[in-house]
Amino acid sequence: MQKAIDTSAICKRFGNTTALSNISFSVNESEVFGFIGPDGAGKTTLMRIITTLMLPDSGDINVLGKNCRTEFKELRKEIGYMPGRFSLYQDLSVEENLEFYATVFGTSVKENYDLIYDIYSHIEPFKKRLAGKLSGGMKQKLALSCALIHKPRLLVLDEPTTGVDAVSRSEFWDMLGKLRQYNITILVSTPYMDEAMRCDRVALIQNGNLLAIDTPGEVRNGYGRKLFSVKSADKYKLIIALRSLNETITSFPFGESVHVTFKNDRIPENLNSLLQNQGINDALTEETEAGIEDRFLELMQTAGPSFVKTTEGKAARQ
Amino acid sequence: MKRFLGFVRKEFIHIFRDYRTLFILFGIPVAEILIFGFAISMDIKNAGVAFLDLSHDEITHKLSDKIISSGFFRKTEDLLSYNDIDKVLKKGHTKAVIIFEEDFGRNLIREGKASLSIIADGSEPNTATLITNYTTAIVNDFNMGLAGTQVSSALKIIPEVKMFYNPNLQSHFMFVPGVITLILILICALMTSVTITREKEFGTMEVLLVSPLRPVQIILGKVTPYFILSFINVLLILALAWFVFGLPVKGSLVLLLAETMLYILMSLSLGILISTVSSTMQQAIFISLIGLLLPTILLSGFIFPIENMPSVYDYVSLIVPPRYFIVIIKNIMIKGTGLMYIWKETLILAAMTTVFIAISIRKFKIRLE
Repeated sequence: MQKAIDTSAICKRFGNTTALSNISFSVNESEVFGFIGPDGAGKTTLMRIITTLMLPDSGDINVLGKNCRTEFKELRKEIGYMPGRFSLYQDLSVEENLEFYATVFGTSVKENYDLIYDIYSHIEPFKKRLAGKLSGGMKQKLALSCALIHKPRLLVLDEPTTGVDAVSRSEFWDMLGKLRQYNITILVSTPYMDEAMRCDRVALIQNGNLLAIDTPGEVRNGYGRKLFSVKSADKYKLIIALRSLNETITSFPFGESVHVTFKNDRIPENLNSLLQNQGINDALTEETEAGIEDRFLELMQTAGPSFVKTTEGKAARQ
Repeated sequence: MKRFLGFVRKEFIHIFRDYRTLFILFGIPVAEILIFGFAISMDIKNAGVAFLDLSHDEITHKLSDKIISSGFFRKTEDLLSYNDIDKVLKKGHTKAVIIFEEDFGRNLIREGKASLSIIADGSEPNTATLITNYTTAIVNDFNMGLAGTQVSSALKIIPEVKMFYNPNLQSHFMFVPGVITLILILICALMTSVTITREKEFGTMEVLLVSPLRPVQIILGKVTPYFILSFINVLLILALAWFVFGLPVKGSLVLLLAETMLYILMSLSLGILISTVSSTMQQAIFISLIGLLLPTILLSGFIFPIENMPSVYDYVSLIVPPRYFIVIIKNIMIKGTGLMYIWKETLILAAMTTVFIAISIRKFKIRLE
């Protein structure tokens, strides 16, 4: 089966900083593939290389069966790209923006209207409004419509949900889900771990290294230890107390609670009394399931050159 | 082609929706023509002149009337003695004093020769030079008149000064070509470089690059609207020069417009070149203003004659494109010469255009850096 994206050992440096080191992965056709990682992890650089906007210093990359270095002209006809920051013409109206991108790609709004209908219908009532005067969520819908108007085979979305409210974010992912029926491969990056669950597969990326590539479920299952959640009214004090204990391996804040791992993977018998010594009387401890974020933190902690190799091996096995 | 037209349409929307761009495009040329035409006039008009007539005869009266009625001068005072000259000049209203010697009329008729002195306020050198030149011209004219009547031995006073092409030394003959030269290079280079870097700055270039648009299409799409608008601008300036200042185009209008198109093309390619080396609008504006405005004003021969410059500047001015266009446009507009006399300059401009375009296309980045 042909891969939508196939890369091997991509490296990219900017001066002394390494943006991407030895990135190898592949994306299947009509898959929703997510890049998850904090700011500065190298997500944008990777997306720019995939969209032929940048060349890697070394390594091979094929997108939709075409070489990014030599066949970029043909490739650019089949990619829909939505950059990280809003990059439509603010002084053009909603309608004019959409029409402009349609003509640039040699098509018309009418021709592919059914593809964008679900998204564009939300903003169509405001089609005479200048794009610069739209709200964040509406801008994002317009940008997605523009990126889709030529029915691309690959849709690349760089942090589409950053700076958008929670409701619009959820709506946005619903829309992406609906696009599956058109067999469009979707590549999306996000700093929000909770969005990872809505992808078919995700790649965790940190400091230019791929930490893991798998389905969101498998990524969670990869968590190596038993995880416990500890709750207390004073979360800050609780973390300090937990970190001071000999039995604690890691402890990170997670929503209302603190996620902790202990030596021997079980709750220390005298945990409550140890915490009481530090003035915490209301601690409630129970075992919990690891999320993507827990796995990410775990990978970050152990990430070294050796670890990168094992992830690569894992990717190859798939 | 449809893609290209769509792009041009988008550019026109950008221009017409932004009042500042429109103002720069059309407001500034009109304002500059009017400012240069009326405010920074190099002509004198109603300059204050005092007379010290020691002869008081028919001829001195006629001559002083002629000077005053010329429209360039206005009589401020009649002086009685040499002592008053210093005083009246110090007051400031009077820029020059014209002195007729004693027995001026009699000397002129008897000996065919009479002296007239002009004492001008040298603290304003420009005005002083202009006043002496104008007075000289008027006196010469007066001599000619005399030659036809009483006295046969013609020329009486002071050297002959004659201005070719611009007999009255009217300065809008000078500045209209100058302003066209300046405005075209500024608008074309500034606007194109800004509009291209704007796409970079707003991130829209990223999307354009990931589209099937070729670099040539992007560049031509950016430049075409400005080419059309600049051409309209030239017509506007020429019309303004004709209706407001009565400045005709002596040579072929077709040749003038063709040369102007070449110059617009040159300026646009220069603008593209600037945009390829700058990544922000601010940078582009800075380069355009410092790199183009100053050399055009100082080194093109628009205001300061190149012949009067130290030879170093003369050599530097060789790479300033407006220098050549000024020669071309002055030749056509004022002298009325044909291509015969300006083919060299035309060729240089064409060569510059080719070089700029070649460099721009080579340097235009098809990827992000």
